Amino acid sequence: MDELAAKLKSQADVVRKHILNMTSKAGSGHPGGSMSIVDVLTTLYFHHMKHDAKNPEWGERDRLVLSKGHAAPALYGILAEAGYFPVAELDGLRKLESMLEGHPCRKTVPGVDASTGSLGQGISIAVGMAASAKLAGEKHRVFAIIGDGESQEGMVWEAAMAASHYKLDNLKAILDRNCLQIDGGTEEVMSIEPVVDKWLAFGWNVLTCNGHSFEDIIEALEKADTFKGKPTIIIAKTVKGKGVSFMEGVKEYHGRSLNPEEMTCAMGELG
Amino acid sequence: MEFKLDSKRAIRSAYGEALQELGAENPTMVVLDADLSCSTKTSMFAEKYPDRFFNVGVAEQNMMSMAAGFAIEGRLVFASTFAMFGAGRAWEQVRNSIAYDNLNVKVVLTHAGLTVGKDGASHQIIEDLSLMRVIPNMRIFVPCDFSETKAVIKHAAKMTGPVYVRLCRENMLDIYPDDYEFDFSTPNTLIEGSDVTIFSCGYMVAESIKAAQELAREEISAQVVDMHTIKLMDVESVVNSAKNTGAIVTAEEHSIFGGLGSGVAEILSESYPTPMKRVGVMDKFGVSGPAPKLMQAYNLTSQDIVNACREVIARKKTV
Repeated sequence: MDELAAKLKSQADVVRKHILNMTSKAGSGHPGGSMSIVDVLTTLYFHHMKHDAKNPEWGERDRLVLSKGHAAPALYGILAEAGYFPVAELDGLRKLESMLEGHPCRKTVPGVDASTGSLGQGISIAVGMAASAKLAGEKHRVFAIIGDGESQEGMVWEAAMAASHYKLDNLKAILDRNCLQIDGGTEEVMSIEPVVDKWLAFGWNVLTCNGHSFEDIIEALEKADTFKGKPTIIIAKTVKGKGVSFMEGVKEYHGRSLNPEEMTCAMGELG
Repeated sequence: MEFKLDSKRAIRSAYGEALQELGAENPTMVVLDADLSCSTKTSMFAEKYPDRFFNVGVAEQNMMSMAAGFAIEGRLVFASTFAMFGAGRAWEQVRNSIAYDNLNVKVVLTHAGLTVGKDGASHQIIEDLSLMRVIPNMRIFVPCDFSETKAVIKHAAKMTGPVYVRLCRENMLDIYPDDYEFDFSTPNTLIEGSDVTIFSCGYMVAESIKAAQELAREEISAQVVDMHTIKLMDVESVVNSAKNTGAIVTAEEHSIFGGLGSGVAEILSESYPTPMKRVGVMDKFGVSGPAPKLMQAYNLTSQDIVNACREVIARKKTV
């Protein structure tokens, strides 16, 4: 496990550098919420999920819907590292001639399973994909990454109700619980607590983990696969801007990229 | 064609019948509804194919995005509820989850327009064509009777990408014979005419036929065109009619803003400016009442179309 965790950590740090580089070059984007979810996404794509970068449309692959679509830089960095497209493409983020839209676009980016960005919709799309798989008797899993600010969208709870109603145990949601949204702390802006109780009340299995401990993330993902008859949500406790000391827990980095001086400091920290 | 206009049927039932037939032809097709299946008639699909029917409850936003999820997995998807909630409340899900990705979801919404009647303004959407028309990738049909509805649904199923079909609650006069061979590549001229063209859709097609029959008694020759396809609107047909008759009236059970009338006006003002008049709901909400009385109160009858025709013909002479 130590070896695996070390391998994942080094992979995640490479992606962290991609996130900061591409958003800095774009002059915009959402580094904070990308940095908080990158350890979970790294574990999914480089350890847990069944997928094939050479065959993005492979029918038996596990699907992933980034419902918090503003974390696109994290997903793009991972897809590039996994071989879905050249790493050099990342420099084009948010630029007119690039395939890398500001928010995930299924039509243009290999490996993106659903177009997202408008909060709340991705989890419902994932419910549809999971229901489709159940209906067809297919064995793959559908992962959906939601944000904690996103959890204030009413339709998240419509989707939550539907997933448990249809007994979608092939659906695994992960809540990036970084406790920050654009205007401040989630509990100050619009409290989502008690969030564990809410998901339990909607009929889901609920697990919690440290979203920056690879051992913890792996254990939660493996445990999620053992539950039958209900969807599972893993509430991953995370830190916005994780990995760069001056970004951690600072809401201003939700939607602001780093300037050249900040980039130098951040790259120094990431090694 | 002869128009007896002496029998009526619920076009929602034509939708239900079409779904049953499509369900047999497309073993992976699914249908979603939001607790209105008995009214939208998706219940007819549910009876035959319960495993492939998803009643999501009163949650239209989740329904539209779930529909997108099914379509991503390669399925033909129909999603239905009342037009107010599908085109209104779930508009952004239709835009971002479905249309942006050009997904194969057919959004068939019923109880559109004033003729929903007694439920009143909260349910009488007169903005849906406008809302759907501005979404890129979206294609729009408004059938006018039972036979055309069934054909439109089957046609939409053969198309790739998102389609909006607008249906209303009221029973509709039969215009086309059941064995009619539809061609949706171009608007359908029901009555030839040389003095004025009436472009209409949905409920107002029968009213337009009645108007043309009335005008014929005054020796005015009105062309009546069934504009079943609101988007993509056939520019060439609209311009040709304008060239042939020199006067245009549009008739729709929808706001005068953003629907059929607007679409025709956009084409004519750019390509062949022609005297025209829109018959539709003026800039106001509906009210509760029986459908026929509402249509009178909101100036949506054959007589209103006749008056509009006289007006544009008079303007034609002064241009």
